[in-house]
Amino acid sequence: MKRLINLRPERGFGIALGALPFVILLAVYVAISAGRLAENADDKLLPSLATMTSTFVRLATEENRRTGEVLLWVDTIASLKRLLTGVAISMFIGLIVGLITGLIPYVQRTLSPLVKVLSMIPPLAVLPILFIALGVDELSKIVLIVFGIAPCIARDVQQRVEELPAELLIKAQTLGASTWQLILRVVLPQTVPRLLDATRLALGSAWLFLIAAEAIAATEGLGYRIFLVRRFLDMDVILPYVAWITLLAFGLDFLLRLVNRVAFPWYGAGIVR
Amino acid sequence: MSAVQVRRLWKTYGRQVVLENISLDVESGEFVTIMGASGCGKTTFLRILLGEERQTRGDVLLDGKPLPDEPGPNRGVVFQKYSVFPHMTALDNVMVGEEFAGAPFTARLLGKARRETRQRALDMLAAVGLADAGTKYPSQLSGGMQQRLAIAQALIRQPRILLLDEPFGALDPGIRSDMHELILDLWNKLKLTIFMTSHDIKESFYLGGRLLVLDRVRKDPHEPELYGARITYDLPLRRGRDARANASRTAPEPVL
Repeated sequence: MKRLINLRPERGFGIALGALPFVILLAVYVAISAGRLAENADDKLLPSLATMTSTFVRLATEENRRTGEVLLWVDTIASLKRLLTGVAISMFIGLIVGLITGLIPYVQRTLSPLVKVLSMIPPLAVLPILFIALGVDELSKIVLIVFGIAPCIARDVQQRVEELPAELLIKAQTLGASTWQLILRVVLPQTVPRLLDATRLALGSAWLFLIAAEAIAATEGLGYRIFLVRRFLDMDVILPYVAWITLLAFGLDFLLRLVNRVAFPWYGAGIVR
Repeated sequence: MSAVQVRRLWKTYGRQVVLENISLDVESGEFVTIMGASGCGKTTFLRILLGEERQTRGDVLLDGKPLPDEPGPNRGVVFQKYSVFPHMTALDNVMVGEEFAGAPFTARLLGKARRETRQRALDMLAAVGLADAGTKYPSQLSGGMQQRLAIAQALIRQPRILLLDEPFGALDPGIRSDMHELILDLWNKLKLTIFMTSHDIKESFYLGGRLLVLDRVRKDPHEPELYGARITYDLPLRRGRDARANASRTAPEPVL
């Protein structure tokens, strides 16, 4: 018998193992839900899969009689717009700040302490300030996301830039590169895939800040909807919405990974000897 | 006038003396190998020539002028590793030096200039035996091929001196001897002036036209950092004598 650390599942079996916890959780849910519904058909706490499916289909297809809008898509588009705007701005700020603080000692001395302190401030504690200063509409929500993740992305990018082998920077200089050319041809191309990785890690926090902001002040959005229907104990809306948000988050993460693999084939292709 | 003149050079880090009182004249076209135990300061010496570090005292002159204290295109370099850009294909790796020179703002050449540079880079790749590897990324090349690429990349700007920092240290013996032939061939053809560090005695003797040995002469067992390394041997080798004879100059009597 081999040691446990040397036993590896085969490919198909590995996938089955990965699916197992999901199946178990689902089975447990179905069993408990069925038990509760058998006792009380009006139980709202653990709705059956069928109820959730029909509710979700209704939310995703049925038009509002007054406005002609479909609730799920209105919420999804509103939330994604806020999230993606916030993330895009954060990536831009994070890349620029991280790159020059990582590369240029004078900027590093000047900005690094500030970025460090900013990234320590709990963003949700700043939310009231944002609402007061910027109002309760889109801007404050986007700023919250930016405030929450841009400093982290900047620090991550800065660290990646500092980790670039000194040899590469020296080599570029011996080829006559100016600081600007060095950024353009050597540092930036090597930093972008790392920026995408940093963004993937920051997406979780971005969702958190988005939903928190929507929960407090919004008129549509995925987070808003969940917190709205909480008042009516509408678990058959909340649970599918949570699953939908998870799916969106997973999709974005997958997309970023895909971009990295396709656009930067050299990245992650093993350390260059 | 000598290509490189080093005058009473000292390098210290705080109290620690690394190099003490190094003086040296190197002619254009010499192949100088620098040998010594690890930690003796040979890499530090190379870094000073490169401009990555600054000497504490003394002068380093290149063609009679003080060396600028940052790396520049008159001094090419090949490191043991991380010598090529992982995000560029082999061809781009070689072209990029010319692109830095020709396009200050975009660092990318276009049109005719690009075609000409591309052809030169292809010729250079062929000269180091990488004619078919132009579209490959460094991670797809073997260690030896990466070092060939690094050499081609360093040579495209026609540096006044070429600095090699244990360039073949990480290679297999067979590959290493191929690389020796390549670098000797390029040295002969292009009349390069080369400084190369190595801790391999055979390699140093075989390649060099002139061999420098760095060592600490004075030792204080209680304060080992008190004294730095000096040039303990400066040996003209056969290959150097041949080169000088070819340059029809009078050679000093070879020691080896």
